[in-house]
Amino acid sequence: MLRSYEDLPSTPVSLQSTEDIMTGNWRTMRPVIDEEKCIRCYICWKFCPDMSIEVEEADDFPTVNLDYCKGCGICANECPKDAIEMVREE
Amino acid sequence: MIEIITSNYAAAYAAKLSRVEVIAAYPITPQTSISEKLAELVDTGEMDAKYIKVESEHSAMAAVIGASYVGARTFTATSSQGLALMHENLIWAAGVNRPIVMPVAARALSGPWTIWSDHSDVISERDAGWMQFFCENNQETLDMTIMAYKIAEDREIMTPAMVIEDGFILSHTVEAVDMPSQEEVDDFLPPFDPEFKIDFKSEPRRYAGVLAPDWWQEHRYRRMLDMEHSKEKIVEVERDFERRFGRSYGGLVEFYRCDDADVALVIAGAPTGTAKDVVDEMRDRGKKVGLVKLRSFRPFPGEELVKLNDMVSMVGVFDKSYTMGQGGAFFQEIRNALYSPDGVPIKNYIGGLGGRDVTKKNIELIFEDLLSLSKKGKVDRIIDWVALKGGPRRWE
Ligand code: SF4
Ligand code: SF4
Repeated sequence: MLRSYEDLPSTPVSLQSTEDIMTGNWRTMRPVIDEEKCIRCYICWKFCPDMSIEVEEADDFPTVNLDYCKGCGICANECPKDAIEMVREE
Repeated sequence: MIEIITSNYAAAYAAKLSRVEVIAAYPITPQTSISEKLAELVDTGEMDAKYIKVESEHSAMAAVIGASYVGARTFTATSSQGLALMHENLIWAAGVNRPIVMPVAARALSGPWTIWSDHSDVISERDAGWMQFFCENNQETLDMTIMAYKIAEDREIMTPAMVIEDGFILSHTVEAVDMPSQEEVDDFLPPFDPEFKIDFKSEPRRYAGVLAPDWWQEHRYRRMLDMEHSKEKIVEVERDFERRFGRSYGGLVEFYRCDDADVALVIAGAPTGTAKDVVDEMRDRGKKVGLVKLRSFRPFPGEELVKLNDMVSMVGVFDKSYTMGQGGAFFQEIRNALYSPDGVPIKNYIGGLGGRDVTKKNIELIFEDLLSLSKKGKVDRIIDWVALKGGPRRWE
């Protein structure tokens, strides 16, 4: 855990994996998937620039990994069935 | 071994003696013969280095930043417009701690077109985060380039360095240069061994990724500390150099005949040698004049220069560049460092612009001016342009 300028490495370099960076906290809008409308085409999975749409097993409904989802809304825009609604984070 | 060579060749041989591993350079007057000489040394196999031919100085700097990241000792050289074209990558190199060493054959910035020497190119880069060392003669170019690697690559510092040689006046003038042997330099300068280097196989990492506002300020504070540490390191490296090679330059600042002086002139680069001769001659005539050779402009030696307040009663600062709307850069910063309610009066002299000779007569008249002002205890005007056509007659 970095607390002071002294904890920074001597040269600008990351000391952890990108997986440790919770980009999800940049989000102001969150995607919510309506399973009634979803046809499991996985277009949202294909388009998410942050690999935040996850499909556990074949034929599962997609889920959103909110640790990394930045809320860009691309998935909602690309969904052919309008099954994703962008909801404001409280 | 004594060789009769230009400052540009001294810089090239210093790169060879420092066992530079990657060179990326783009020719520009008056630096060109540095990169040409190195191309020849690599081509004939006398030097074991990769020579990357690039399409611009911007690319040259980008290439050496990359090569430095994998742990190579890197070198490039430039001048004037070329240095200006490198600008954004200069800041990158310093911001990400790449200890690149780069001789700059200092030359005025155009337009209108000029190829001749002054310090306006390097002064324009004073905020780039590089160390800036001014050289008086060809020997110092060679010695300072070798020392610059040792300072720059220190793990506490990891900061790039410009070794500044006045264009043509040094870059194209031959002088006797004492060339150390490869063994002596190997013994002085260990191979580059950074704490972090790009290693795709065993330790993949992200370098210089985005740094958000929550840590940027701390990052800048660390770079500030790197530069501050260099002040001690410069002195320490020079002492070690002197012990081995018998030559020394006085650390960040050289006080030349300043003991018991009434007035002192601060000066940097090639005009220093001329000014030392004038000091010697005037001293022979009983005039109490002294010289302060500014060797390092970055880091800025404020702690050393402030001693002038107690040493002399009038200080002159000679600038071979001019900052429009404000005066000479050396002057601004030195006046700042010397400021105190009872600090010594200080006056700026501008000269040697765009290749104008800085003559012994010019320097002598500056000292005469300082001596007469010291009797009055205050300066007549803040800035004087030396030997300006149409200016005050006293410069004739
Ligand atoms: S794009 Fe829409 S319909 Fe297709 S899987 Fe994603 S949410 Fe379901
Ligand atoms: S909102 Fe953007 S980041 Fe989040 S899941 Fe959709 S496409 Fe990915």
